[in-house]
Amino acid sequence: MMAAFIFVCSIVTLLQFFVWYCRSLIAASAKEALSPEVRDVTGIARAASGEDFTRVMQLLQLCPERPEDRGSIQAVGTYFGLLNFVRATLARMVPSMRAWTESERGSCAYFAAVALERRIAFSRGMLAQQMES
Amino acid sequence: MPGPFEYIVWFLGTLLEASVVVCSIAKGSFRRYLTLNVYMLAASFVNIVRFKILLTYGFKSPEYGYFYYYSDLLLTIALYCALMGLYSYVFEEMGAEQYVRLGAVLLLLGTAGFSFAVVQQYSSRIMSHFVLEASQNLYFVGLVLTYVLWGAMLKLRETRTRLIQLVLALGLYFSVFAASYALRNLSTSLDGVWPYLIPVSGFLLPLAWVYAFWRIPEDARIAPSRLAVVPR
Repeated sequence: MMAAFIFVCSIVTLLQFFVWYCRSLIAASAKEALSPEVRDVTGIARAASGEDFTRVMQLLQLCPERPEDRGSIQAVGTYFGLLNFVRATLARMVPSMRAWTESERGSCAYFAAVALERRIAFSRGMLAQQMES
Repeated sequence: MPGPFEYIVWFLGTLLEASVVVCSIAKGSFRRYLTLNVYMLAASFVNIVRFKILLTYGFKSPEYGYFYYYSDLLLTIALYCALMGLYSYVFEEMGAEQYVRLGAVLLLLGTAGFSFAVVQQYSSRIMSHFVLEASQNLYFVGLVLTYVLWGAMLKLRETRTRLIQLVLALGLYFSVFAASYALRNLSTSLDGVWPYLIPVSGFLLPLAWVYAFWRIPEDARIAPSRLAVVPR
């Protein structure tokens, strides 16, 4: 009985902490401005939308990985999947949820674009180092 | 003898735990987050001793099993102390450190007493069951305390990004482990999965803390309203 109670509570809090953690990752990158070059490549002219996420992730996979970013990108990717699930189920019944999931999906896309910006800068740094040596 | 999986898990786990301390020293945060760093150092040390026992006695030996669970209980207590360190850090401006310490010790003793009382009722092998029960309950108490700390941080409008990420990662870790221990107590049919699930979940915390120490500057700030799921 005790174990079942702990299990249910832990699963609920796990979900909550996961959402908060992903939101903290996204919020930390929301202040960073995208360069015009990355805006061109990703097609994010003004605000990012959820539809941009998959395209930006594909572009991310073309760049050399930065080990310190890998975990956070995977976490936000999972969060995006969770949002898609909520959008396809709960948001159909609750209209206010739909606007919220859309805005969150857009934030995920912006996070991915900022990660792309960092990876491009990282690749350029590596190239410059190779040219020097 | 250990297979490639055990070697990889051991190597990655130890490397990640040591990386947390290295990143924290490199970024000049070792003393500020002393309890977190002491926990990570202890975890790396325990990992090395566990591996030595694994090599000597084997993965399925009782020696390895006993050492694994006993050291896990000690590490859980150390992580509990790390959480109290975060409490002190959040409430330092209020001067409430001594109350936090007193409350933490009382809660720890209370959890141990409760676990012992539960085990005494249904088990003849009190000590080994106590270790498992106390670990499960401590993970759950840790989870509740992290939840309370996070609630207080939202209420106090905490803006320190690194601190926020450290606390949230700890919440995630406690949730995963409390759920895993509870599941193990609920169902013995998962015994085959257990030795693999727990060590892999153990990567969560050092990975998130390495990211927080390495990527997030100490002076980085975020608006707490951005984290609340319901817009404020």
